[in-house]
Amino acid sequence: MSEASARKLSDDLLRPLLQTSWRFYVLVAFLGAIVLMGLGTWAYQMYNGFGITGINHPIFWAFYITNFVFWIGISHAGTLISAILRLVNAGWRRPVTRCAEVITAFALMIGALFPIIHLGRPWLFFWLMPYPSSRQIWPNFRSPLVWDFFAITTYLTGSVLFLVLPMIPDFALVRDRTTGLRHRIYGVLALGWQGTPKQWHRLESAMQIMAIAIIPVAVSVHTIVSFDFSMAPVPMWHSTMFGPYFVAGAIFSGIAGLIIAMAALRKFLHLEAYLHPVHFQNLGKLLLLMSLLWAYFVFAERLTIWYGNEPSEIAVMYVTQKGSFAPLYWTMVVCNFVIPFTILSLRKLRTIPGCVIASFGVLIGMWLERFLIVVPSLGHKYLPYSWGVYRPRPVEIIITISTFAAMTLLYVLFSKFVPIISIWEMKAGDHPSPALSAAASHEHALGETHA
Amino acid sequence: MSPVSSVVASFGGRESLMAHKWGLAVDLDRCTGCGACVTACHAENNIPTVGPEQAGRGRAMHWLRVERYWEGDFPDVQLKFRPVMCQQCDAAPCEPVCPTYASHHTDEGLNAQVYNRCIGTRYCANACPYNVRFFDFFNPQWPKPLHLQLNPDVSVRGIGVMEKCTFCVQRIQAAQIDAKAGKRELADGEVKPACVQGCSARALVFGDLNDPESEVARLARLPRGERLLEDLGTLPNVTYLSRQTGG
Repeated sequence: MSEASARKLSDDLLRPLLQTSWRFYVLVAFLGAIVLMGLGTWAYQMYNGFGITGINHPIFWAFYITNFVFWIGISHAGTLISAILRLVNAGWRRPVTRCAEVITAFALMIGALFPIIHLGRPWLFFWLMPYPSSRQIWPNFRSPLVWDFFAITTYLTGSVLFLVLPMIPDFALVRDRTTGLRHRIYGVLALGWQGTPKQWHRLESAMQIMAIAIIPVAVSVHTIVSFDFSMAPVPMWHSTMFGPYFVAGAIFSGIAGLIIAMAALRKFLHLEAYLHPVHFQNLGKLLLLMSLLWAYFVFAERLTIWYGNEPSEIAVMYVTQKGSFAPLYWTMVVCNFVIPFTILSLRKLRTIPGCVIASFGVLIGMWLERFLIVVPSLGHKYLPYSWGVYRPRPVEIIITISTFAAMTLLYVLFSKFVPIISIWEMKAGDHPSPALSAAASHEHALGETHA
Repeated sequence: MSPVSSVVASFGGRESLMAHKWGLAVDLDRCTGCGACVTACHAENNIPTVGPEQAGRGRAMHWLRVERYWEGDFPDVQLKFRPVMCQQCDAAPCEPVCPTYASHHTDEGLNAQVYNRCIGTRYCANACPYNVRFFDFFNPQWPKPLHLQLNPDVSVRGIGVMEKCTFCVQRIQAAQIDAKAGKRELADGEVKPACVQGCSARALVFGDLNDPESEVARLARLPRGERLLEDLGTLPNVTYLSRQTGG
């Protein structure tokens, strides 16, 4: 890469950090207001009692647990995809990795909040942690909720490390380009990065270790989330395929989230020169693959239950497919399979708008999928006398909406303070690390060779 | 015991070593569905009445409910009652899922709920196949003059915790203390949970299943004896004596 083009790259990608338009403040104020409304609603719920939600006997889990599974699922966009693409050294990953990894960190933070929001006594959530107390009481290590706690904290720690490590050279770049307070802050964040061969080598090694370590962690996280359901003897929860089914669904919704985030970045930060249609096409193909995999899982699940004809499971299956949940169920099928399959399997439709439409469909469909796993089963357990119905109440709806605003807000703020595309990885080959200098050409880095 | 239950039981088997193993027998032939057991349970255990609006939203709390099933087509309709309370399972699905040990097994075979330890994940209620666990959606309130009849032996549950049938553990303990003070063994029939005491048809019998001579152990051994959702392998300690007549 020539000196001039390297400077243009830095200029382009640092522009969002150094220049701020009034639209940024309006957007942050708007999203911040929604997030504050969500927090206020949570406080209102704690003050007035959990009864102001729509949860009842016997449907004790509903919107909050749906959101929990949904957001943990979204978190599989980033780290997992970016780690796999790094390991196979796919050149086109370079502009994609960071905006993917950020999704993981923020979606995990939001997702991990929901088990606390949904507690009857949320101020005691720390009883899930093993800590030395005067009463010497430990959490119950047999409980999948305690496994959740360990899985999510491990994944959050790992994915934050995975996100922050490759940010260090970029922090150093910002440090060198700024003055005053900013210079000092980014100087601290850069951790004394000078770009020596030794530092590059250490960064490379650390990234390699993290990329390998994070993949089993990501798979285990959503498997354990699925165990929250499959460990309980509840019709259609108690399933051996929930682990892989949930992991596939998580990656599926994660890619959809990533495509939408990338399209927004491309448009609003004017990154057309970096996020090319080929990136969307590649991710679109991946989304198509996951859509087919998801459909296969649903088919395998439903067919075996229908064939097995076990009464309690059949009751749940029919209430979702033919009963009161049928409109949601078939919307899910259309959003998760019909729309993405149609759009993404036709090359003419696999454009950026096409991928974004398919991704919105997948997000809606996957949210509904989680809802349809949680609620119909609880409402139709073994004894028909205690079957129940669930309707969400305003508190649950407001808190749900506010988490989408929170995700957008965190993302907007992040892209304001950190280069959202990894500058040094785009310049790969400029520095003396043998591991990376062997990598792609400039065209390859931008994905041109795939076009 | 059904084949399924005996297979499941063969993996555990600590129960026979317990000093007592509390159990209940429900004679469905005797049950008239009058609901006196439900009322007695409410009075004994300080179970709040939630009011018509909350009850309509599915928040009614009855540790013991009388399930009513209509069988057949009109005019040949049969009405069947089944009182359902916590089955105090030996292999209770509610226990391992609780992250804080609020739901745990006592050494007398009861599924105990420690209200102070409960943080309200409600996982136990989801795992329970019988739907006999209840959540305090609000702080309890008793319309006057019900507030004057609270039982001082039973703690009142605050907002955000799960609660359930205890087999009237306070009565079990009172009887045990009484027997110990009198330096004698606890006699069969000495412990009567509120529902048993309130049942005018004597459909409910409570006692120690580890004492082969006790009335409840005798009833549990009857060929009529069946356990609710037994094939789930929960090993319930409530025995239902199935109906012998059509009417």
